[in-house]
Amino acid sequence: MEFNVLVEYFRAQIRGDPDVASAVAAIRSLLEFLRRDQSETILGLRENMTQAIRRLEETDSSVAVSSGGELFLRFISLTSLEHPDLSQCKNVMIERGELFLKKISLSRGKVGKLCHTFIKDGAKILTHSSSRVVLKVLENAAADNKRFTVYVTESQPDSAGKRMAQKLRKLNIPVMVVLDAAVGYIMEKVDLVIVGAEGVVESGGVINKIGTYQMAVCSKAHNKPFYVVAESFKFVRLYPLNQQDVPDRFKYTADILKTVKDLNQEHPMIDYTPPSLITLLFTDLGVLTPSAVSDELIKLYL
Amino acid sequence: RLPEHVQVDDPAALKKLAKKLERQQVPLRSDYGYKVSLFSHLHQYSRKSPPTLQISIPATVIHPSIVRLGLQYSQGIIAGSNARSVALLHTFKQVIQDYSTPPNEELSRDLVNKLSPYISFLSQCRPLSASMGNAIKYIKKEISNIPSQCKEEEAKGKLQACIDSYINEKIILASEAISKYAIEKISDGDVILVYVWIHSERKFRVIVVDSRPRLEGREALRRLVKKGIRCTYVLISALSYILPEVSKVFLGAHALLANGYVMSRVGTSQIALVAKAYNVPVLVCCETYKFCERVQTDSFVSNELDDPDDLIVTRNGKSHLENWQTVKSLGLLNLVYDVTPPDFVDLVITDLGMIPCTSVPVVLRVKNVDQ
Repeated sequence: MEFNVLVEYFRAQIRGDPDVASAVAAIRSLLEFLRRDQSETILGLRENMTQAIRRLEETDSSVAVSSGGELFLRFISLTSLEHPDLSQCKNVMIERGELFLKKISLSRGKVGKLCHTFIKDGAKILTHSSSRVVLKVLENAAADNKRFTVYVTESQPDSAGKRMAQKLRKLNIPVMVVLDAAVGYIMEKVDLVIVGAEGVVESGGVINKIGTYQMAVCSKAHNKPFYVVAESFKFVRLYPLNQQDVPDRFKYTADILKTVKDLNQEHPMIDYTPPSLITLLFTDLGVLTPSAVSDELIKLYL
Repeated sequence: RLPEHVQVDDPAALKKLAKKLERQQVPLRSDYGYKVSLFSHLHQYSRKSPPTLQISIPATVIHPSIVRLGLQYSQGIIAGSNARSVALLHTFKQVIQDYSTPPNEELSRDLVNKLSPYISFLSQCRPLSASMGNAIKYIKKEISNIPSQCKEEEAKGKLQACIDSYINEKIILASEAISKYAIEKISDGDVILVYVWIHSERKFRVIVVDSRPRLEGREALRRLVKKGIRCTYVLISALSYILPEVSKVFLGAHALLANGYVMSRVGTSQIALVAKAYNVPVLVCCETYKFCERVQTDSFVSNELDDPDDLIVTRNGKSHLENWQTVKSLGLLNLVYDVTPPDFVDLVITDLGMIPCTSVPVVLRVKNVDQ
């Protein structure tokens, strides 16, 4: 399978189902790539897969695609591939790949089920930008006949918060859009903060849309719980020490990385929230404290 | 139950220790000088009276290379936990080489019994470090795992090979792995504060912090300058003056405890505290063989008191503290280690990768599963 065809397949997946997580679409494309791959050796196959993941990262520079791809590769090659016949090995890998895909397609539902019990009747919730996982959590809470109000930040530069507000209105949840600058103002009114994540790093911190760090600092100052909801395929082997330490390939969108020469003039799209500001993380592996994330990562990657 | 080396002020514990050493035919070393009352539960020895003075070779039960090692420890010729562990393991190789199983005895049991008086002797010369403790545990386990039908030469060869691979994997290769990870964290134009040693090729400036009485920073400074890296040298008292210029702090560790606390040279926790106040990231470099299952929350319970005479300094021909023993109310305290809480440490770089301080018990668990 050619890499251009792979990228087209990936884009088609996202167009076809706008609700799907970009990492899930990436993994579906990688599975298709694996099925159509023509290499003669296992080593060649692995080389091709790594190249494919890199091409997908160039198309969509979010952290989740990178972490999802790497976890997929590890999961399928975890078994001892001792069959002398290459096609048999490939079949085993495809089987495991499908198992992985099934598992992660269900993870958003699992997170939603875990988290909605933390939303009490009459709660006021603050969230940032547009996250499909947070939407699922709020959907579950509404289905449970809980009454709550949601404040969403506008989240410039792409006004993703307004899109989130529209989706929430469709679910009949009372929602109000606030300016990014109004987070400090609104913090005393809210009871809890729930945000999604693009990536969860080894220290237990999260990488998310720019503005999340600010919200976390404010909620710490007001002693409000700050919850992060994320699927486990977003766990990535990065360890940023501060905002500067996040690699450039995640900070900017893929198009900007390809066209712009001097990245210092561009504004980053994500920021890093350290674990000391996060109360709990809700994942499909369970409810974790930030220090337990490293434990899970060691189990996943070692 | 407390280990005996932190019960010096308890006469019953001292009597038990004296009896044990007498049984093993190891000389008992007496404490020196007035001890500050907060630390009176620890030993304080003088460098001028090593326990080797009381031994007469060859009429001793202790192997001569162990005696030499003990002298090197007590005089400070071999210092630093890596150097001490490597020297210990090499000496044990020599001991195993010269060992011959007595008739009607099994190598796996007898050799372990032979090693006990050596270990008591070495801890009289200088208290054992956490890394040395882990190395000894490993060797004892390897020895007791030798099958009884194994011939003596074969067993010895196996043990030598085990020790060699331990040194290679856990110490030498581990420090290479750690430098590789540490290098990723250094970017161009960084200013780094070190209280430990690192090698790399990025363009950065290093500030070496040193403290009396050991002044170990001078050796690090010498090596860095030889590599052509721009360096600044300060004493620890200038810390808050120099920290605003620093982008990262690299510290070494003597041991990492199971509750995430870092045990290291005295002064380390001070540096970590001030760095936290200035929001400078603190990175600790530590090999996994130094992880220990002990838990400690303060620097008092278990520490080491070095020779108090080291604090006496002679300037312009005058040493004011020369006759400190005559002043009844004066005590000189020369602490060796202190303990840093995990909240001040941002990242621990080990040979397994970069982990947060709170994940030490996870690594210990994974290692125990491996073994």
